[in-house]
Amino acid sequence: MNTDSTVLKHSTLQRKSIDVAAVRKQFPVLTREVKGHPLVYFDNAATTQKPAEVIHGLINYYSHTNANIHRGIHTLAEEATAAYEATRHLVMHFLNASSIEEIVFTRGVTESVNLVAYSWGRQQIKEGDEIIISTMEHHSNIVPWQILCEEKGAVLKVIPINDAGELLLEEYEKLLSSNTRLVSIVHVSNALGTVNPVKQIIEKAHKHGALVLVDGAQSAAHIPIDVQDLDADFFTFSGHKIYGPTGIGVLYGKKAILESMPPFQGGGEMIREVRFEKTTYNDLPYKFEAGTPNIADTVALRDAIHFIEHYGKENIAAWEDELLLYATEKLQAIPGLKIIGEAREKISLVSFVIDGIHPQDIGIMLDNRGIAVRTGHHCTQPLMNRFGIPGTIRASFAIYNTKEEIDSMIVALENAIRKLS
Amino acid sequence: MTEKTIEIIEEEIIEEFSLFDSWDDKYEYIIDLGKKLPVLPSVHKIDENRVRGCQSTVWLVAERKADRVYYQADSDSVIVKGLISMLIRVLSGQRADDIIEAKLGFIQAIGMTTHLAQTRSNGLVAMVKQMKSYAMAFKLMDKSSG
Repeated sequence: MNTDSTVLKHSTLQRKSIDVAAVRKQFPVLTREVKGHPLVYFDNAATTQKPAEVIHGLINYYSHTNANIHRGIHTLAEEATAAYEATRHLVMHFLNASSIEEIVFTRGVTESVNLVAYSWGRQQIKEGDEIIISTMEHHSNIVPWQILCEEKGAVLKVIPINDAGELLLEEYEKLLSSNTRLVSIVHVSNALGTVNPVKQIIEKAHKHGALVLVDGAQSAAHIPIDVQDLDADFFTFSGHKIYGPTGIGVLYGKKAILESMPPFQGGGEMIREVRFEKTTYNDLPYKFEAGTPNIADTVALRDAIHFIEHYGKENIAAWEDELLLYATEKLQAIPGLKIIGEAREKISLVSFVIDGIHPQDIGIMLDNRGIAVRTGHHCTQPLMNRFGIPGTIRASFAIYNTKEEIDSMIVALENAIRKLS
Repeated sequence: MTEKTIEIIEEEIIEEFSLFDSWDDKYEYIIDLGKKLPVLPSVHKIDENRVRGCQSTVWLVAERKADRVYYQADSDSVIVKGLISMLIRVLSGQRADDIIEAKLGFIQAIGMTTHLAQTRSNGLVAMVKQMKSYAMAFKLMDKSSG
C-alpha cells in the first residue's frame, strides 16, 4: 500500500484545512439515525449526500421559477432558461472547456457513453476497427462498446492491470495501432480507487489517430479536471456523485467532433426546422438535448459545483487522502483482511475482502450499526474475475466523513468478523 | 414428518425473535442458524440448482415424499443460510398446496423485510419463489398423473 505519494502531493500545496464539523451541518441526512445508531455514510462512490444548498436549489426552482425553457416568451421561461444555461457556463469552467457548445447535458455517465457509442460510434466505426477499454471499467463503459462492436464487426481490446490494480501501460501501447479508433477509459476506478494516468493515455492514443473518452464518474468530485490540458476528446461525469441531484450528468466533447456527429435522439429542442421532406438540426449543444430536459436538476447542479468550489478540490482531496490513509492503516491491522486495489495513486476509496466471509454478510452487519458501505461486484464483474473474487466490501469517503466514523466502522467490522467466523 | 402447520411454525419464530432487543442480537441468532444448517452435498451444487441473486449464491433442491415437499439448500453467505434455515423450517415437510398458499408473514414480523425489498442484495425473494415453483410443479405432476 502506498498512499504516501498522494498525501505528499497535496500537502505541498498551500491548502486550507476543512472545518468538517461545519461541513456536516450542511448535510441534513447526516443527522439521522439508522437502526438506532448515528448514520455513517461510506457509500460516496455510489452517490454522495446532498448539501442544503442543493436541496434548496431544487425547492427554490420549483417554488419560484418552474417553466419550460428556450422557447417561452414569458418571464418564468426566461428565468428558467437563464438558470439552466448558467449551469452550462459553470460546468464549462468546472471542466475548463473552451466553449459552452461543448457541454451537453445527459442523465449521467451511462447515457453519455451510450450517446457517443450510438452517435459517433455508428457513424465512424466499421468492420475491423478497434476500440480499447480497460480491465477496470464499469459495466457502463463496457456494454455500450460491446453492442457497437457486435453490430459493426469491430473488435474490443482490453488493457490488463497488475495485482496492485494499476494499468499496464506497456501493454496498452502494444494494443494501439492504426486500427484503433477509440480508447474509452475510466479516470478513477470505482472498485479499486486507482487514478489512471489519462493524460498519458490520451497522448499515446492521439499519436495513432484514435479519440479518447474519459469516464470521470469517480474523478470529478475529487480531482481538478482540465479537459484542454488533458486534451480529452470526450469527458463525462454524473451530477449525483459530486453532491448534486440524480438524473443529471454532463458530456463534454470537442466542438469539431460534436459538430460532425449525428443526433442521438430525435424530438423537440434538437431541431432547427421540421418538414416532412427533411428536418434540419439545431446547433450545439442542443442538437443532443432532445425533449424537455431535466431543468430542475440541472439548475441545482450549479449549487453542487458552487459547494465544491467553495472548499476547493485540492482542500477536499487533502482531507479525503487523510481519511484514506487512516482507514487503510486501521484496516490493514485486521487479521484476514486483504485490501483489493493498492495503486500508488488512489482516491479516497478502499475495497477489501475478508478470508472465509461473504462480503454481503459484512455489509449487513455494518448496516446493523448504521454504517453504509457497498458490497458486491460494483458493476465491474470482469475486474472481480481478474482478482478471482465475487466481490468486495467498499468504503468510500467524502468531504463530510471523519476519523471517528472510521473508528466506528473498525469496531463494527471487528464485531462482524467475530460473529461471522 | 412435521405435524405443525406453516402458520404455527411462523408463530414460533416470531415468538423467538421477540426475545431480541437489538439488530445485532437478531443477526447473531440468524448467523447461528446459518452455521447449523446441514451442509448440502456438493453433487447438488450445480448450475441447475442455483437460485440467482445479485451477491450471494443460493442452491436449492426439492424432493417429494408422499404428499409432502422437502427442501435442502445452501449459500455462500452465512446470513442467507440463516434465512434459508428459517424458510426450510417453515416450508419443508408441508403439503404442496399449503406451500403455494403460504403468506410467510413472519419475514416481515421479525423485521427481515429488507431482505425481501428490491435491493437485489440477496436471493431471498428468488428463493421463496423457487420453493413455491417446486411445490407447484409437484402439484401439476399429481394432476397430470391422477
